[in-house]
Amino acid sequence: MSKGFGAAEFLFLLEGLKWTLLLSAVAFAGGGVFGLLVALGRTAPYAAVRRAMAGYIAVFQGTPLLMQLFVAYYGLALLGLKLPAWVAVAIGFTLNASAFLGDIWRGAIEAVPRGQDEAASALGLHYGQRMRDIVLPQAFRIAQPATVGYLVQLIKGTSLAAIVGFIELARAGQIVSNQIFEPILVFGVVGAIYFCLCWPLSLLSARLEAKFAAATR
Amino acid sequence: MGPTLDFSVVFDAMPLLLWGCLGTLGLAVAGIALALVIGVLGVVTRGSAMAPVRIATIAFIEIIRNTPFLVQIFFLFFALPGLGLKLNPTVTAIIALGVNGGAYAIEIIRGGVQSIPRGQTEAGLALGLHPAQVFRLIILKPALRAIYPALTGQFIMLTLTSSICSSVAAYELTSVAQRIESDTFRSFEVYFTITGLYLAMSWLLMSGFALISRRNFSYPTR
Repeated sequence: MSKGFGAAEFLFLLEGLKWTLLLSAVAFAGGGVFGLLVALGRTAPYAAVRRAMAGYIAVFQGTPLLMQLFVAYYGLALLGLKLPAWVAVAIGFTLNASAFLGDIWRGAIEAVPRGQDEAASALGLHYGQRMRDIVLPQAFRIAQPATVGYLVQLIKGTSLAAIVGFIELARAGQIVSNQIFEPILVFGVVGAIYFCLCWPLSLLSARLEAKFAAATR
Repeated sequence: MGPTLDFSVVFDAMPLLLWGCLGTLGLAVAGIALALVIGVLGVVTRGSAMAPVRIATIAFIEIIRNTPFLVQIFFLFFALPGLGLKLNPTVTAIIALGVNGGAYAIEIIRGGVQSIPRGQTEAGLALGLHPAQVFRLIILKPALRAIYPALTGQFIMLTLTSSICSSVAAYELTSVAQRIESDTFRSFEVYFTITGLYLAMSWLLMSGFALISRRNFSYPTR
């Protein structure tokens, strides 16, 4: 009794894609802001702050993303916050992204030659000026390939929102698949859509890396 | 009803959860073994002189690395029976983990093989070492040492990824937790606890990998 994979089904998947993109954008923006704080904390002049941020990163890198989403989803509800599912999930993704981006940017900050920071310090620049004008602009260049590469992980990761019941691309695929009984076709199409999203970013990341390797050789 | 926490149901279910941990570690070990096999074979086909073989390997790597694991496991779950393979969910999960980890392993292992300069082999032979010794001591060991951090990092990622296998009801920690959750409705307590168990497992693996590294790879290089 299958009615096949038609325009209506494809439009439903595109509707899911819209939420995948939105969720990725929110998580990347939120993860970017908090990730910068994590990276600065991880390289801060205070040992206690550095250790706390190292712990934050270790916990988020040492547990499954799916568990982080579950804990955020049910934890926020337990706190009495009646949030829409997508907001709860976006908070989970933001916390996860800030740990991973924080670690990538920590590495980039440490890769800026120490002399840069010391010279700026000798010129009388204070911490804020040194970071904003000297260290971070250089670190940002170094971090570009890994940051774009992480964006691919992030987009793929948003598929886990499907398990919490949020209708993004992967969940939309499950729903269509259950309706028309053609799972191989539907998940093939869903996979192809993800691929069209992620592959250009992977290529960009690889090209940035090659460019950076050529510049520093 | 205010926010109340009740971990007692989770403590009662602890034996079940620990069995779930064993299930996760079993999935991870089997998945890692399959990923290594695919990784080594893939390095060979990736460097094949036959263009179709080479291009097929590159396509495999790019498709796997640029699509979500969740979609891959659903696809396999429905596609494998179509190939005449009637497998239980746990075996499907192992195949999905192995295929996914294998795509990453190919690129990592390839990097390690390429990191060994040709002159090193020639130097070893010139010093009178047997070709088998040259391979074991001068190619394999330094290559393994070079890729060890990336490869073991990938293994830990694979272990954490195995939680997604709960979506096809494979036997592992997350699906055990989901069953306990639906019996007790203590969602937060259950997931918070198993998050801790996952953290413990990844620390255990990390310490194990670090120990192996110290035993085998702590020799000076220059």
